[in-house]
Amino acid sequence: MKVQPFEEVVTRHGATVLRVCRAVLGPLNAADAEDAWSDTFLSALRAYPDLPADANVEAWLVTIAHRRALDVGRARSRRPIPTDTLPERADAGADPAARDPDLWTALYRLPDKQRHAVAYHHIAGLPFAEVAVILGNSPDAARRAAADGIKTLRKHWTKDQSS
Amino acid sequence: MSDNIFDVSLLDEDATLERLRERLSATAEPAGLLDVAYRTLDTPVGTLLLAATPVGLVRVAFDIEDHDTVLARLADQLSPRILRSPARLDPVARQIDEYFAKRRTDFDVAVDLSLTDGFRRSVIEHLRDIDYGRRESYAQVAAAIGSPRAVRAVGSACAHNPLPVVIPCHRVVRSDGSTGQYVGGPLAKSVLLDLEAA
Repeated sequence: MKVQPFEEVVTRHGATVLRVCRAVLGPLNAADAEDAWSDTFLSALRAYPDLPADANVEAWLVTIAHRRALDVGRARSRRPIPTDTLPERADAGADPAARDPDLWTALYRLPDKQRHAVAYHHIAGLPFAEVAVILGNSPDAARRAAADGIKTLRKHWTKDQSS
Repeated sequence: MSDNIFDVSLLDEDATLERLRERLSATAEPAGLLDVAYRTLDTPVGTLLLAATPVGLVRVAFDIEDHDTVLARLADQLSPRILRSPARLDPVARQIDEYFAKRRTDFDVAVDLSLTDGFRRSVIEHLRDIDYGRRESYAQVAAAIGSPRAVRAVGSACAHNPLPVVIPCHRVVRSDGSTGQYVGGPLAKSVLLDLEAA
């Protein structure tokens, strides 16, 4: 099987990786999510010629994005912590949660394991076996974390919708 | 709430991705990770694909060659580290625009001839010496490179010119004066010859 031009990889998976980075790093930190996206694809570009032809490209990218988002998050934790409310900016381009801010904020408030499990399974579409490899737990534990996360989100979301 | 709640694209997603892709190619190049940059250019002979390595312009391709197929082959032959990166190709694109506007009769661009070698490469090298508006027959080219009996092989070399338009294989015609075949199709060859003759 032939290797695709990297441009194809960006076209096919760029949006998913951006959503994953946003989910993991939170809606208040658009610039951090973009940095994580850039770091992810630059790392991937570097390693791409050595990627086995039969590799699951999406799982590979999400694994890199997971590490890069953690790096970016760690760097951020050394900076002042932003406030807990969404900034009231008219600049839609800078607001990663323009469609449904409440949902993304609720997602960001989940415990790490749950947030990661939801991001990698429900947003990136990886099977729990792959999610477990990234999170270093078992497929069952990954499934439970995602289910718990979705349960909490459902509660928040329903409440927000009815209010 | 279903599992696909995250599935609708965010409002700013397309614009953000466009900006991030530009940033990616801009950072990949100085990091030495952009092995092949490409862009497309609309011209009177259709949309051309322009691809360059750090050495220089490595491939010009017509629509009828199918750009996706050409890029896939470049990934195989050169490197899969390929990104759309208009900036690096802008000088070439500008010169091709000027050529079609009849404001330019030769190209001043660095080229990378690594996609051709041996006999074909010696043909390609000779083509670079055929001036604007002039024509040579396949037989004349064969004689010029010291292989007067290799007329058919010259035709084949022209058909595999990695840099058509910029390296003028369109200036090689049949001995009877008819235009002959062309990698971009016979119509494109006529357009180029007519442009230079006008």
